[in-house]
Amino acid sequence: MGDRAKSLRNTIVLIAGLLVFWQLMYAVIGEVAMRSPWQTMRYTVTLVETDFFWVHLTNTLQAFAVALVLSVVLGLLIGFALGLHRLSAEAMEPMLVALYSIPKITLYPIILLAFGLGMSAKIAFGAIHGIIPVALFTLNAVRSTKPILVKTGRVLKLSPPAMVRSILFPAAVPEIFTGLRVGFSLTLIGTVLGEMFAAQHGLGYLLMNAIGLYNVDVIMSVTFLLVVFAAGVNGILLAVDRRLHFRV
Amino acid sequence: MTSAHVALKGVTKRFPASAGGQAVHALGPIDLSIRQGEFFAVVGPSGCGKSTLLELIAGLTPASEGQIEFEGRAIENEIPDGIGVVFQEDACFPWLSVRENVEFGLRKAGVAPDEKARRVRDAIAMMGLGEFAPSYPAQLSGGMRQRVCIARTLVAKPRLLLLDEPFGALDQQTRLLMGDEVLRLWREIGATVFLITHALDEAAMLADRIAVMSARPGTVIDMVETHWPRERDSRIVEQESFGATTSRLWKTLREESMKTMGRSAAAT
Repeated sequence: MGDRAKSLRNTIVLIAGLLVFWQLMYAVIGEVAMRSPWQTMRYTVTLVETDFFWVHLTNTLQAFAVALVLSVVLGLLIGFALGLHRLSAEAMEPMLVALYSIPKITLYPIILLAFGLGMSAKIAFGAIHGIIPVALFTLNAVRSTKPILVKTGRVLKLSPPAMVRSILFPAAVPEIFTGLRVGFSLTLIGTVLGEMFAAQHGLGYLLMNAIGLYNVDVIMSVTFLLVVFAAGVNGILLAVDRRLHFRV
Repeated sequence: MTSAHVALKGVTKRFPASAGGQAVHALGPIDLSIRQGEFFAVVGPSGCGKSTLLELIAGLTPASEGQIEFEGRAIENEIPDGIGVVFQEDACFPWLSVRENVEFGLRKAGVAPDEKARRVRDAIAMMGLGEFAPSYPAQLSGGMRQRVCIARTLVAKPRLLLLDEPFGALDQQTRLLMGDEVLRLWREIGATVFLITHALDEAAMLADRIAVMSARPGTVIDMVETHWPRERDSRIVEQESFGATTSRLWKTLREESMKTMGRSAAAT
């Protein structure tokens, strides 16, 4: 009970702190670029009642969902393939890390020309943000499985597929899940970024459009909603993550 | 005398040269005959290939030369049925509860569900883990986790139990108590036990026969019979012959260990 109550209290203090900070920022910067928390929430209520907001939201969520599935599936495949083969892992890991550190935005022109304006470019841009972290975490998770567990599997005469299914995969799950959490955040960033540069739909487009029209209310509301969504899902994933790690 | 349960004939193990290194002659030639139902221990200086010897018998690694037979059949790069292994390291699966860990030992056994449930329950009870069945390994002490690993091995009813320094990671008190426990299990399940250890007192207390190995390449340089009764426990450490056995083991090993140390001193 104590831990629960403590963590609830911490969350409330954190949210209250952020709201105070927001209000202070608003007092310093003013109406030119910001709205107060209260104004933002009031406008958000109006915004979510409009049809055009839902068109953009659905569009973003669709792109994000597909990009996330691609990130996870391809990331896991690459991670497992490399993790199970030592030499490939040693050859490929530095390359993956190097790719990871490239600002993905520099690849945007190529992606745009390859996929054209619209949904597929957004998905591709979201996915390239997510695949590498998921792959890297999976690779390390599989590689760092305690050899004694694999040896135990051999003593118990597991076939190679059974070894992956019953030992390597469950042993790697906590680390893989951390990778998924990071992959989730980065894929969301990638998708929204993709929408900001060349798209006719989506929350990213809505943001850029609002900057063009100098509509501070829309900027504040959309940003607020994205933050709430990202923080909310991340909070849930983090809670699951902690539970998984506790067992190890 | 009963026939050999495990027989090694001229067994050697060489590891191929790795990049920039040279081939290592780790073990042998070794000839051993382990009797049915015997408690057999192997002691030796560190790095003498004790664990390699166990891996050879378990079929985890092939011999370079010679032949190993278990129940009259040659072990060739395949793990034979009827052999159970307990390692020194914690080999519990952290994502499974104690009960599920023990059940895992029966994955390949092909027993009926009710028979399976009964055997899992028995193995858990035998290791005194009853109230911890729903717990996860992270909630248990090192000694308890080692019990889980032993239960997981016992549930498959091995006829040959290979123990690779199973108490090496435990404190002295727990080790003595686990020793008693292993003696009790050995009598109850009637299996042949093959124990690798670096602790001379452990070997002298538990085993019927003790093989002393030389420094690398490991060969058997002495064989000690303890003549303990089958009904015995850790209290035999008070007996005179326990001291005599331990000092004989130490005398042989001391000379060997000096050689190893001399070698490494000369190398530096």
